[in-house]
This record gives sequence, structure tokens and C-alpha cells, in this order.
Amino acid sequence: MATASTSAPEFASAPLLRVNAVTRLYGERTGCRDVSFDLHQGEVLAIAGESGSGKTTLLNCIAGRSRPTAGTVEYNLRHEGLRDIYRLSEARLRLLARTDWGFVHQNPRDGLRIDVSAGANVGERLMAIGDRHYGRIRDTTEDWMHRVELDTSRIDDAPATFSGGMQQRLQIARNLVTHPRLMFMDEPTASLDVSVQARLLDLLRGLASELGLAAIVVTHDLAVARLLAHRLLIMKSGQVVESGLTDQVLDDPQHPYTQLLVSSVLQA
Amino acid sequence: MTADLMVRVRGLSKTFVLHHQNGARLPVLDCVDLDVQRGECVVLHGPSGAGKSTLLRSLYANYRIQHGSVEIHHAGKWVNLADAAPRELLAVRAQTVGYVSQFLRVIPRVPALELVAQPLLGAGVARRDAESRAGALLARLNVPAKLWSLPPATFSGGEQQRVNIARGFISRFPVLLLDEPTAALDSANRAVVADMIDDARREGAAIVGIFHDDEVRSRVATRLHPLAALPEAA
Repeated sequence: MATASTSAPEFASAPLLRVNAVTRLYGERTGCRDVSFDLHQGEVLAIAGESGSGKTTLLNCIAGRSRPTAGTVEYNLRHEGLRDIYRLSEARLRLLARTDWGFVHQNPRDGLRIDVSAGANVGERLMAIGDRHYGRIRDTTEDWMHRVELDTSRIDDAPATFSGGMQQRLQIARNLVTHPRLMFMDEPTASLDVSVQARLLDLLRGLASELGLAAIVVTHDLAVARLLAHRLLIMKSGQVVESGLTDQVLDDPQHPYTQLLVSSVLQA
Repeated sequence: MTADLMVRVRGLSKTFVLHHQNGARLPVLDCVDLDVQRGECVVLHGPSGAGKSTLLRSLYANYRIQHGSVEIHHAGKWVNLADAAPRELLAVRAQTVGYVSQFLRVIPRVPALELVAQPLLGAGVARRDAESRAGALLARLNVPAKLWSLPPATFSGGEQQRVNIARGFISRFPVLLLDEPTAALDSANRAVVADMIDDARREGAAIVGIFHDDEVRSRVATRLHPLAALPEAA
């Protein structure tokens, strides 16, 4: 019943991320309201709910892309401990976002530079943190293409010539190359064919446990949450209505909305 | 004696509320107490609807604990599943409590051998050792070696169940929860599973199970824990 939790997250005393009463308003309209949770090293958390429930708004607040109207997002910086990310300098936050974090967009075109080569897409993140050794960058890039099951002979081709599934895997390689500790993923499989989804999910699942990654995955697909996530938050109208271990929430839903969601899933 | 106690349930009650069926309330467990020691195999016994699966799932924190406590002796201390943090629950599941359900949850593309070895790999066991133990278990359960490298999606129900059993037994959990592990098996394989349960118990596991098959039940049980169906609430 708990496919994602065969390897327990590592114990560290302080959380990697602390989200405290985060609210994001758009004028009168609520994006998300009063969301709090801790995330530890190695934990994968899914955020589920229907379109417009505030999942992506919340993700953007947590990932440093949209300042909350109220509340704080604290990240456990190496050697410094928990720090409010919105009180870091912009340069510092940008560096954090491209080294210690990754962000996988639903549409790979939003996360890739579509007209430069696949290799440059991956190598770029290494150069951004100061690596200048061409041969080493190329080797590392090939290694990551291999790990996400991309044909390394396509290294000089532009991702515009790749299929959607290949683009998504390239986007993941681009993010993982700097060894981030935390990945944000916004509907990573939603734009793919079902057969390609399974492959990507299996790949993500393997990489997350192998690398000890923490991740926050926004999805409307409860099967994706079941397969990838240790924990699950259910959102409705901008608020978290239920949370717990993924199998608890899906097998013993308490809130009326969660019960409706779970009972609405089509059985294949 | 208390040093051998692994599971301690006190006053466990559970009522399901179905919000989309006019808020129907289904009381399933009422003030259940249960102690399970190392070396015991306690079989939950009662008619359909008496809450056997609900109790078993509560011991894994798969079902939430509304009233009462479920304590597990984990890593030298007692952890109450009713108020443990999510990562504590995950640690209890990774190290102390194993759950073997009736059905295998197939993961796309993952071969049978890998599926069985995964709990050991997750615990840091070297791949070679993990795969050799996985192979030994699959062989003992009569899963043909030619299937080991295939994902079990296309296996028969009985083959999938045996893969699931191998996965559940490989970690030698101190507490083992078995939800009808023999339901889809022929008599030869039922006997193998009964042997495995006996072995785990003799090695000191505290086992709680549900078995509808009389023969298996009388074979593996050291004690029955009766459960009765509750009257439905108005």
C-alpha cells in the first residue's frame, strides 16, 4: 500500500524547509491561505487538488518565485540553518534556485532553452556555478543524459527536435546536474502520453530515493501522488483541507472533499 | 515479559463517516485492546465486517487512529501511531512494521526481483546481497526464475501475491502484519507461506494476521483474537 515509502527519509533534526502560515492574495481573490508544513531531507510531498485550488500558487510561493502576502518560507541553508528566503538578497535567492533547488515545469518548453543544444541546456547550470572546464562539463552532461535515459548521441541536437517525454527528461537532467537538495515539480507528467508518464514516474521515483532528494510535486493525479510521494496535502479553494501519509489520505480520507476526490478516480 | 511486548493497543475505536452518503456513520471498532509479543502469531477472528482489516490497517497507520492508542516498540522506545509525526511513521514502517496485503501494487517497469529487493536496498544493503536474498525467497515461493526479470503486471494473481509475500518477508521485520496472504494460492504454496510465517515467528517476530482459510489459520495461529461486528449507528 505504501509504494513510495520503502526507503525512509533520512533523519535530520531540523527540517530542510519550513512553510509557516503562507497566504497569497491576488487583490480580493485568494491564491492560497494559511498553509504550514515542514519538509525534511529525503521526503517527497505531493500537493493535490483540482484546477484553481491554489496548488501552483503555493508552489511558486515556496520556490521563491512569488512573495507571499503573509507568512514565511524558511530554507535550511548549508552552514546557516533556517533562513527566510524572502529576506535573502535577490542574487542569493537566484543562486539558491539554480544550485540547491530544481524546478521542473509542466511544459518542458518553460524550463528549457528550446533552440540551444541539449548538452548546453544541461551544461549551462554547471557553468552558472563557475565550472569552466569544457571536457568535464561535457562528460557530466553525458552522464546525466544517460541517467535520465536519453540517447547521448543527441547531445548536440536542440530539444525542439525531441519528443515531449524526452524534453521532460532533459529538463530533469538540467535540474539534477547541480545536485540540488530540493526539487519543485509542477505537474511533471501531465503533458505526456500515459505510456511515457509511467516511464518518467519510475525514473523520478528511482532518482529521488537514490539521491535522497526532497521534493514537492504538484499534481492533480492521485496515482502520481501514490507512486511518488511519502506525504500528501489536499487543497481546496486555496486551503489545505487534509494532510498525512499518502496512503492514509487516499485509503482513509476524512474530509468530504478528499472523499469526493478519491471516489471520483476512474479504475483502469 | 514486557521486554518482548511489541504491539500495545488500548481503547482503539474507529467510526467511518461517509460524507457523500448523507453523512452515514459506520462504527467498526469499539474500544479494542490488544497486546502482541515477540514469537506470537495472533490471528484476528470474526465475521466479515467485524473490523479485522480496519484493525490491521490501524496497526500500520494506514487507517487513522481516531480514539485510543496504537503503540509500537520501535528502535528501543514506544511510538504511538496516533500522534507520531509523518517521518516517524515512515521510520516505523521502514525498520519495524511490515505489511503484506492481498494484492501487489505493481510499479510500472520494475521487475519482480527488483520489487522484492527494494526494501533491503532502501535500508542500505548491497545490491548483490539484496538480490540474492530476493532470489532465494522467490525460489522458495515457487516463482519461476524466468519471471524474475519481468515486471509483474502480467503475472497471474497467485504469482503476484507470492511476489508480494517475498517483498513483505525479506526485511525480517520485528512486527509483521498479514492481510490474507494466502488468499489466491494453491495448497502447496499455502504450505510454503505457512512455513515462512512459522519461521519468522520462531525468529522472534510479533505477527498479527487475517486468514480465512481454516487450515492455514489453525496451522499458524498461536492465539485467536475475536472481533464482533458492531451494531450500526442510527
